[in-house]
Amino acid sequence: MSASTLILLVLGLGLAGWLAARSRATMFRRESKGRIASLPTYHAWYAALWIVIPTLLFALVWGQIADQLVIQQVLASPAASELPAFGMQRETMLAEARAVATGAAPGVFNPEAAGLVQPFEDALTRYNIIGLVVTLLIALAGGAWAFLRLKPDFRAHTRVERTVMMALLIASLVAILTTLGIVASLVFETIRFFGMVNPIDFLTGIHWSPNPMTDGSNPDPDRYGAVPLFWGTFFIGVVIAMIVAIPLGMMSAIYLNQYAAPRVRTWLKPALEILAGVPTVVYGYFAALTIAPAIRDFAIMLGVQNPSSESALAAGLVMGVMIIPFVSSMADDSIAAVPQAMKDGSLAMGATQNETIKRVLVPAALPGIVAGIMLAISRAIGETMIVVMAASATARLSANPLEAMTTVTYQIVANLTGEASMDSASTLAAFALGFVLFLVTLVLNIIALRIVKRFREAYE
Amino acid sequence: MSDMVENIRPTRTPAFEARLKKRYASERRFKALGLGAILFSIAVLVFLLVTMALNGFGGFQRTELRVPVDFAAAPVSVPADAADERAVVQSLERQGLRDIITFSATEAFGEEGAAQLNSESWRIVAQEIAEDPSLARGQQEFWLPTSEDLASAYAGDGSAELQPLAQQLTEQGHLEDNLDLGFLERADATDPQLVGIWGALKGSILTMIVTLLLAFPIGVLAALYLEEYAPKNRWTDLIEVSINNLAAVPSIIFGLLGLAVFLWIFPSYRSAPLIGGMTLALMTMPVIVIAGRNAIKAVPPSIRDGALAIGASPVQVVFHHVLPLALPGILTGTIIGMARALGETAPLLLIGMRAFVASPPQGFTDNATVLPMQIFLWSDEIDRGFVERTSAAIIVLLVFLLLMNGLAIYLRNRFEKKW
Amino acid sequence: MVMSEATDSPLASQAQKSLEHENIETGEPKMRARDVDVYYGQKKAIDGVNIDVFTEFVTAFIGPSGCGKSTFLRALNRMNDTIPSARVTGTIELDGEDIYASGMDVVQLRARVGMVFQKPNPFPKSIYENIAYGPKIHGLAENKADLDVMVEKSLRRAGLWEEVKDRLDDSGTALSGGQQQRLCIARAIAVDPEVILMDEPCSALDPIATAKIEELIDELRGRYGIVIVTHSMQQAARVSQRTAFFHLGHLVEYGHTSDIFTNPAEKRTQDYITGRYG
Repeated sequence: MSASTLILLVLGLGLAGWLAARSRATMFRRESKGRIASLPTYHAWYAALWIVIPTLLFALVWGQIADQLVIQQVLASPAASELPAFGMQRETMLAEARAVATGAAPGVFNPEAAGLVQPFEDALTRYNIIGLVVTLLIALAGGAWAFLRLKPDFRAHTRVERTVMMALLIASLVAILTTLGIVASLVFETIRFFGMVNPIDFLTGIHWSPNPMTDGSNPDPDRYGAVPLFWGTFFIGVVIAMIVAIPLGMMSAIYLNQYAAPRVRTWLKPALEILAGVPTVVYGYFAALTIAPAIRDFAIMLGVQNPSSESALAAGLVMGVMIIPFVSSMADDSIAAVPQAMKDGSLAMGATQNETIKRVLVPAALPGIVAGIMLAISRAIGETMIVVMAASATARLSANPLEAMTTVTYQIVANLTGEASMDSASTLAAFALGFVLFLVTLVLNIIALRIVKRFREAYE
Repeated sequence: MSDMVENIRPTRTPAFEARLKKRYASERRFKALGLGAILFSIAVLVFLLVTMALNGFGGFQRTELRVPVDFAAAPVSVPADAADERAVVQSLERQGLRDIITFSATEAFGEEGAAQLNSESWRIVAQEIAEDPSLARGQQEFWLPTSEDLASAYAGDGSAELQPLAQQLTEQGHLEDNLDLGFLERADATDPQLVGIWGALKGSILTMIVTLLLAFPIGVLAALYLEEYAPKNRWTDLIEVSINNLAAVPSIIFGLLGLAVFLWIFPSYRSAPLIGGMTLALMTMPVIVIAGRNAIKAVPPSIRDGALAIGASPVQVVFHHVLPLALPGILTGTIIGMARALGETAPLLLIGMRAFVASPPQGFTDNATVLPMQIFLWSDEIDRGFVERTSAAIIVLLVFLLLMNGLAIYLRNRFEKKW
Repeated sequence: MVMSEATDSPLASQAQKSLEHENIETGEPKMRARDVDVYYGQKKAIDGVNIDVFTEFVTAFIGPSGCGKSTFLRALNRMNDTIPSARVTGTIELDGEDIYASGMDVVQLRARVGMVFQKPNPFPKSIYENIAYGPKIHGLAENKADLDVMVEKSLRRAGLWEEVKDRLDDSGTALSGGQQQRLCIARAIAVDPEVILMDEPCSALDPIATAKIEELIDELRGRYGIVIVTHSMQQAARVSQRTAFFHLGHLVEYGHTSDIFTNPAEKRTQDYITGRYG
């Protein structure tokens, strides 16, 4: 019995309960001439909730347990004694036998697995029946409980509403849970990593070349210095990208805000926003396909020997273009928030428009603009696809934009998409890098939001 | 007081006039810079789109050879009681369809030409016959894909040896680039002549469904709670701060979370839309919450007051009055959030949805990949055929995103109420 | 003409005090408006106004709310240009030149005709920088020493120097309301204008600050032509030598302040100053 059938069954039972409860409640209402505490629909929902929620909870739990019970039963059967004691072979054979038993595959590759098919089928049938029976029992129990409470003076609507509120609260808690989950998982793995490599070595070392295959849990601490990665992220995401994004973003915002006619603005502003909507994988491809070779040709023209086709400049330029709308949008909002009286005051003195903008509006809007730039930086250093496709894996500490270098995000991807196990140093190093990235972007975002808040208050 | 009249006010000297001219020139330059900045940014965007379009145009075409087959001379029979298409294909294979095609090709273009017919061509013929058995009779003509080598030669790249052959076959009318809508129906393959994006597209659709089913209810309910019911205490602040921060966390971090947590819970579903969808749902949920809160905030208090005054309970006020009015704004935000999730690759890279998947996923727990990931996987190939296909896939992705964003904008404009 | 009612009011006595200043010798009017109409889109806000502004006098515009005083004031330094739907017809001349002519440079115009707004609007800069702004952009100072002199001169003229001379680097927005308005006046003075337009400069201030500003206006008279829009008739009587009464976009009466308040020619003027309507 597959998961979806089970869910449909539960929902069907819930519906049955809903209808039954409603008709009974309507009957009550008719008998007591319209004087019951809650509307029939509320009684109906009450019954339905009591049927559906316990069974769903059971189903969730059962799904986990049943797998284990099935495997246990299969392992207890005589055919299982042939299996290797542990390892990938064993897992594979179990998986194959299971696949055949559930009808997902027509046959097995390993002959030893064939003997396991029958025990699997038996176990699966047994536990499926058990699961079904228990589900039905729980559903009936829930329904019965709800029915017993169903009386004319029963305030079903308060119960139902309280359940709804509970659901809303739980939904909101998901956000906290997610944050906690992120922090917990990152911290946990980072601590394990720092057990293998000293945090000082990690944060200050300048040599990065992890070897996923040979490192295991005894890595050479000199090979896990993350400084070249931090530098690469900084150079590409902050220096090069911002050199592109800040001037273009600011001047675009100023033009849209102060000079453009309203009709022009309605078209140009969304056009600029499209830049933010293009998927990063498309930017990455564009950088690798068109921009990087162009830069390489340009470097050759300048007489550079052996220029890289994975230059920092290629990734940085494209990233800068992607970031332009982030900068321009915040700058636009900030300049618009400056009170008109200030602009009038400057114009009334005979200042030209650009003098007013440069000397009065922009300084007044500066906190908001700075916050926008911080958010843009936060976005840039967290960017992955552009660097994975256009930058390189070589860790290098260089200020030459034509050279290849790697970034934090690139290394996270590189170390987590390989053959290494989840316990090796290189995998854990990726988590440590992720933790550092998370902290830095978190700090940037918090500061930026605080600046915006205080800035808004100053002008209200 | 008025005896202190100075002779000439500083604002009326010729020096002032001269400075004025300079100031106006500076004004013009500044304004031009601003316009230039915007136009340059948009020009880059247009350049990107045009590059993709030009490259991708070829991706919707396929180099094919016209192979005439005479089934009268080499008959095959289609089993009438075949269980499915696979059985028919197997049967035809046993009947030697492969050799028939090779023979027909040799007859038409000689051995050299026949050698350049794609090795999977017979299977394509078999599939077509399975759909329409009448094709297995009499004189038939099939347009079949060439090998990748010949396709490159035809395009002007690739090996120089095949170029004369390509030219000859073209002149004879046997070799052409045809519109290849099958690109949208096939799954991934190693040969660019045979690849399609349907596998990835279906994976994307399944993943989006999971994301939507998880992120939308949770997001809307959380938004309702925060705006309507949450008391002003530290817990609420904590929830708000969490959501605002989550909305700004780099997407790759969610991949790390998915790797650490979801795969720990469901280890066997590594490349499944289920896991991918759950990871993306965590990323999309804050976006929906923020959009939802703005939409709910925009509903005027007078409506709530009116409902409360009639004696509606708080839950009724929200679900009967506020939510329906806030729904367009919520939907707009949801669509925009989903569009962002559709284009995401980094988190899915980490949780392993980068497998080579040769057939479209059947369910939510099958191995799958998504469209942006497919683009990423193909981008490593330098073969010109793959470059075209990658660009074509990008075009498909951009079209979807355009549709989604267009829908969001349309909804926003249509339902924008002026209170 | 109803005279007795008017002559006995406190206004009248105020106006009498100004009488001595009203008969000073004047040259040509600094600014001259003839047949001025101002439109916002289709709506006519100002209709056929004729008025003279003299450097030697303070001219007050009075009238009930919404009658167009501020609109007309803003026409005098072309601040209406910032409103897209605004249109001005007729002639307004500064020293004989039509300020709406195509040859007139609006930047220079606004340096010559300064403005102080109803709500003080100092720039979010230091006190020094607020004053220095005008001279800097118009290039009126050759070096820092010149600039320092100009800043001090303006602040002294505005009566603010003693209060802020030790804290010129403090933010302009940190001052009290009255001080901020004097700062704005000092800012306007710093470019040595010929006319200063004041749009209800005291309406946001307390009585003590108001008194200080009125004192200041009296000191500035003669050096700069001052036009002040005011809601308060008492203020107009205290401060001005010429008064113009606006009503529903029309200039109903314009003349010596004492005459307007003791012996108005028009009945509408009479009704307004006796408080028949606000």
